[in-house]
Amino acid sequence: MTVTADSVTEGRPPSAEPGPLAPKRIEGRTPLQLAWARLRQDRVSLLAACTIVLLVLVAIFASVLTDLIGHGPNEQFRQEGLQPNGIANGPNGDFWFGADNLGRDVLSRVIHGTRVSLLVGVLATAFAVVIGTVIGTMAGYYGGKIDTFLSRTMDVFLSFPFLLFAISLVSVFQPSLRISVFVIAFFTWANVGRIVRGQVLSIREKEYIEAARSLGASDARIMAVDVLPNLVAPIIVYSTLLIPTAIVFEATLSFLGLGVIPPTPTWGNMIAEAQNGGYYQVAPWFLMFPSLALFVTTLAFNLLGDGLRDALDPRAARVLARK
Amino acid sequence: MGRFIVRRLMFGVIVLLVISFAVFALFFLLAPGDPAANFVGRGATEQSIQEARERYGLDKPWYQQYGQYVGRLVQGDLGFSFRNREPVRDTLIDRLPVTASLAGGAAVLWLLVGIPIGILAATKPRSLRDRAATFFALGGLSMPTFVVGLLLLYLFFYRLTIAGVDAFPGNGYVALTQDPFEWARHLILPWIALATVYAAQYSRITRGSLLEVLGEDYIRTARAKGLSERRVTYRHGLRSALTPVVTLLGIDLGGLLGGAIVTEAVFGLGGIGQAAIQAVFVGDLPVIFGTVMLAAFFIVISSIVVDILYAVLDSRVRLA
Repeated sequence: MTVTADSVTEGRPPSAEPGPLAPKRIEGRTPLQLAWARLRQDRVSLLAACTIVLLVLVAIFASVLTDLIGHGPNEQFRQEGLQPNGIANGPNGDFWFGADNLGRDVLSRVIHGTRVSLLVGVLATAFAVVIGTVIGTMAGYYGGKIDTFLSRTMDVFLSFPFLLFAISLVSVFQPSLRISVFVIAFFTWANVGRIVRGQVLSIREKEYIEAARSLGASDARIMAVDVLPNLVAPIIVYSTLLIPTAIVFEATLSFLGLGVIPPTPTWGNMIAEAQNGGYYQVAPWFLMFPSLALFVTTLAFNLLGDGLRDALDPRAARVLARK
Repeated sequence: MGRFIVRRLMFGVIVLLVISFAVFALFFLLAPGDPAANFVGRGATEQSIQEARERYGLDKPWYQQYGQYVGRLVQGDLGFSFRNREPVRDTLIDRLPVTASLAGGAAVLWLLVGIPIGILAATKPRSLRDRAATFFALGGLSMPTFVVGLLLLYLFFYRLTIAGVDAFPGNGYVALTQDPFEWARHLILPWIALATVYAAQYSRITRGSLLEVLGEDYIRTARAKGLSERRVTYRHGLRSALTPVVTLLGIDLGGLLGGAIVTEAVFGLGGIGQAAIQAVFVGDLPVIFGTVMLAAFFIVISSIVVDILYAVLDSRVRLA
């Protein structure tokens, strides 16, 4: 029997098979508790999770933080931030991350950039996961012609030259936060759909699905009550890995000048401004800090996703342990 | 096999039709304003707008416009840039060698780095070197191409140049046929920038695939025969473990030939991706249009090639 998340939501008895960390005295543990126990041992994942919590707090309290610093994200401090020859000041006691070409505080802008990155990353992923899960579940559950049609639709979406098409979309409709979210979700849901479909294909053949059907449950009920809870683990893992992809996608659009419009700071458009005219060569901090923020954020999500996969999929861990 | 290829080709044609319709709908039907004026771009004259209207049959109903447009595509006509006063196909053909050099060289690099790291990790799972490989992979995956590119430019172009070492140029492209050494010298930084993310991905995939293969029965048989571990891993294991790598390589190369947009933008390389970006900023719709279709064409072709190759490489796949 595989350990799945359904027993948590369904109140079924937990898996009889002991996990790698099973205690000596036999005691009931839900798969979620087992996963948590495994995750708690994984220091890297915990560190990544703490980093993400911190980033979310920074995003929520961005305005409070910049008020504390005393430098608004778009305020230009031509006196304090720039040298008489117009070159930005490097990191100092007043401007911890230095100033940019217009004398704005890089720290304040990086803090506010967290908002856009996390907002777009999470929203786009959420949309992609919802659409992908619905379509993927239907494809896998119904099979036959419906599956063929939906799978082929996903294949078509995966064949789009997405960055080019995204650029065309943005060139027709003015760039904005909303368009960024839409474009990213539009080109990622099919990836989710494919994975979900694969999972549903095997879940569909399980006895409890047959049991539910023989009790007269409708297709919709079976999908929502019996299939969906089994998808929770892979969806959590995949979403965690999709968020950094979406964040990089947004940063790329912003970097190319097709994302959120300046002066609203995003890490991508800050990096683009640093690149403009080779400005980063005389003021490397202007490039370094937004890049570092982007790297730390995506790395934290990638590490957490990797850890969650190990924690939520005990089978993979056991295969390795056997060797 | 023949039937499979035919079916695969037919699906490829359908994909291209859907994408062409999506692009058509976007530019002809959804875009605000007069399509003819949009096509000519900013600073259009009344005469060139009229020219565009006639060329695309913009006074006819939309399905006739689409039919006409697909008809031209089939003949290999990607459109006409009223801004550059030349067919889009010529612009893109001129730029293809740049993008192909960039993508090809980077692919060699990411294979040379990614696969060995994946093998090292898979042959000793859970060891220190596996953890190091995982860290390399996750770190590489978290470095967006433009960040790596700018970092390389700062360190190896700017810092070295002011230190008096002119080893790596910051931009520009020299044709391979003109001077192979200069070609490589101009492309080495872009190659590294582009290859970083892919090397990380390929090391992960090689690791996962090799681990799976090494757990199979025939590997146990090979070991039982008394073959050396080296021979088991490389001869028997790696051969089938690399199948997913080969398929992925096909897909990635297909995707990149349509323009390595970010890398080209960072290093000022005049490839297809740069043509697309420049076209967006000057509002040259025919070029954007043509690039999207060319990229879609490469993607579709590469996925067909990959599917066929997959069947050839992996004898377990039976084609229906």
